[in-house]
Amino acid sequence: MSGKDYTKMWEGLGLNLENHAGLLGALSKAYTDIYLAQKNRPKAMEYFDFVISEVHGLRIEEIVNAKESGRKVVGTFCVYVPEEIVLAADGVCIGLCAGAEVGSDEAEKFIPRNTCALIKAFMGFKLSRLCPYVESADLIVGETTCDGKKKAYESFNDITGKVYVMEIPHMKNAEDRKLWLSEVKRFKDKMEALSGKKISLEGLKKTAAVVNAKRKALQRLSKLRAADPAPISGLDALLVNQVSFYDDPQRFTEMTNKLCDELQERVSNGTGVAVKGAPRILISGSPMAIPNWKLHAIIEGSGAVAVGEESCIGERNHRDLLDENFSNVHEAMEKLASRYLGIDCACFTPNTERLDNIKALTKSLHADGVIHYSLQFCTPYMMEAYKAEKAVTEVPFMRIETDYSMEDFGQLKVRVEAFIEMLK
Amino acid sequence: MKKALGVDIGSRFIKAVLLEGGEFSVFRSLDTSFDPLERCKRLLEEMSAETVIATGYGRHLLEVHTDIRTITEIKAFARGARAMFPSCRTIIDIGGQDTKVISLNDEGIVKKFEMNDRCAAGTGKFVEIMAKALGYSLEDFGHVSPEGQAELQINSMCTVFAESEVISLITKGVGREEIALALHRSVANRVVSMVRRVALEEDVVFAGGCAKNNLLRSLLESGTGKTIKVAENPEITGALGAALYALEK
Repeated sequence: MSGKDYTKMWEGLGLNLENHAGLLGALSKAYTDIYLAQKNRPKAMEYFDFVISEVHGLRIEEIVNAKESGRKVVGTFCVYVPEEIVLAADGVCIGLCAGAEVGSDEAEKFIPRNTCALIKAFMGFKLSRLCPYVESADLIVGETTCDGKKKAYESFNDITGKVYVMEIPHMKNAEDRKLWLSEVKRFKDKMEALSGKKISLEGLKKTAAVVNAKRKALQRLSKLRAADPAPISGLDALLVNQVSFYDDPQRFTEMTNKLCDELQERVSNGTGVAVKGAPRILISGSPMAIPNWKLHAIIEGSGAVAVGEESCIGERNHRDLLDENFSNVHEAMEKLASRYLGIDCACFTPNTERLDNIKALTKSLHADGVIHYSLQFCTPYMMEAYKAEKAVTEVPFMRIETDYSMEDFGQLKVRVEAFIEMLK
Repeated sequence: MKKALGVDIGSRFIKAVLLEGGEFSVFRSLDTSFDPLERCKRLLEEMSAETVIATGYGRHLLEVHTDIRTITEIKAFARGARAMFPSCRTIIDIGGQDTKVISLNDEGIVKKFEMNDRCAAGTGKFVEIMAKALGYSLEDFGHVSPEGQAELQINSMCTVFAESEVISLITKGVGREEIALALHRSVANRVVSMVRRVALEEDVVFAGGCAKNNLLRSLLESGTGKTIKVAENPEITGALGAALYALEK
């Protein structure tokens, strides 16, 4: 995919070189077919094209160099892990590979076949030695969101020996808040022990600003998508959100703001990626980890535009800012705990905020329809889909359950096209 | 007189309806075969219509190779069923590889629909494979009497597992009529629960080739408690709907 030869680095990380070359080849082909074939792309997407072409190259080299300079690399799977704490301990925070059907056979030696595709994928990527991120991680932070992940982390720790689990409460009462605050503090201690560096108030102030700036850039992107015609495709916007989990946060913020400047111009000129009045769809539900572009590709290949992702790789990741108004480390921990517990993941009960957020997004993004996307066997989102269906009364709603495989592509295409026909 | 053609490229058959001056003129049905594009091209030549719309599972085949517009079978069935039964509100179609239930508003616009996903459970292909396993022709399979032991049940909806269940029943000496009835009941039950999830509003129309199966129809009637309407040639529904849209082009 890229010009430079990274073979030595990949070898050093213990990757399976032959299969890894196959994976990069497949990724490159999918990217060319799905992304580069799009029309009217913003010029500033060139940066993100470059990031993808170097997703296992230059970015890994940066991470390896950071490690050599004494920084610790922390891999995560979930938006509940406070990035500010990782950064305040001078760590590098990255999302781990979980978005492709890789190594299922290997994964099924540890977890049942009927496990959600995302869990299967992170096990599969590790077991088949295809993810340079997990190989470079010093610590892998798990969390007790759903049962599948919770139990899979036990096996994942047997395999990697690097898993640390944060306990996420499943309700939001006073006692739960106490538990979560203590978990955030425990994580701070863990990061200090791992890095050998003390987390200071100044450090937290600085990293709070860095992460909030990233969130603001993503919020800006999200708001620009409300325009008709949409200034950017859902595929491209999804990609930016996916890249936000891998890239250096400051560089990412700068490049995303640059993209937003261009989109702002498009909105002023009334230009966009689709014709004015093209059907607009809000996607809601399970996260879409890179390179899971399946549903967006189907929607946008059928003449509609995906205008938002009510998802962890999307709104749930950037909707709420951290209150930076703290004057000591303890206060910072409280603000962090409160910000992260505000996330409306389907693992919580009750979780009515999410339904309100779906309704509000449908309105603010001027969506003509909502497609609820659940990964198969992702029980919390599969269950909430029914509640969401009842809550969304203004526009048509469709529930989809699928995974990373392409075997249901034809049927999904019929359903999505018929749904779009209903919106016209 | 304007000639408008609707082509419904299903997984088992290609159906085509030609309208001339708005009147029904020709219906053709061909095996989809391994080369549906070739068959469609021949069909297009034969019919020499001014406007064509393709629908069905293979619709994009024509879109890619010609400039023919496509609509989904959901939209095509809605229009076709409405043309045959103007007060139709619910459509059941047991197709070759998927089963659909479509709910319409009183103007005939699609309100909601549901499809089975990713496997042949409860589809026309299931019915076809089971007929074969019991040595029935497709035509005779639907003439089995609906009066039989109600307790015999086929538990598996998976086509492969159901077939082995059928074989084990045969080897136990259970009569093939009983097994055939149980198989139909299992398909009908699945469709009835899909109808209930979507909406059960009259008129209920059973469209598509499987609607020729009388046993399925009567089981669907007893399952839903509604009279189910079937056209004389229900397999043309999708192609007719597409042809009606082609007429407007």
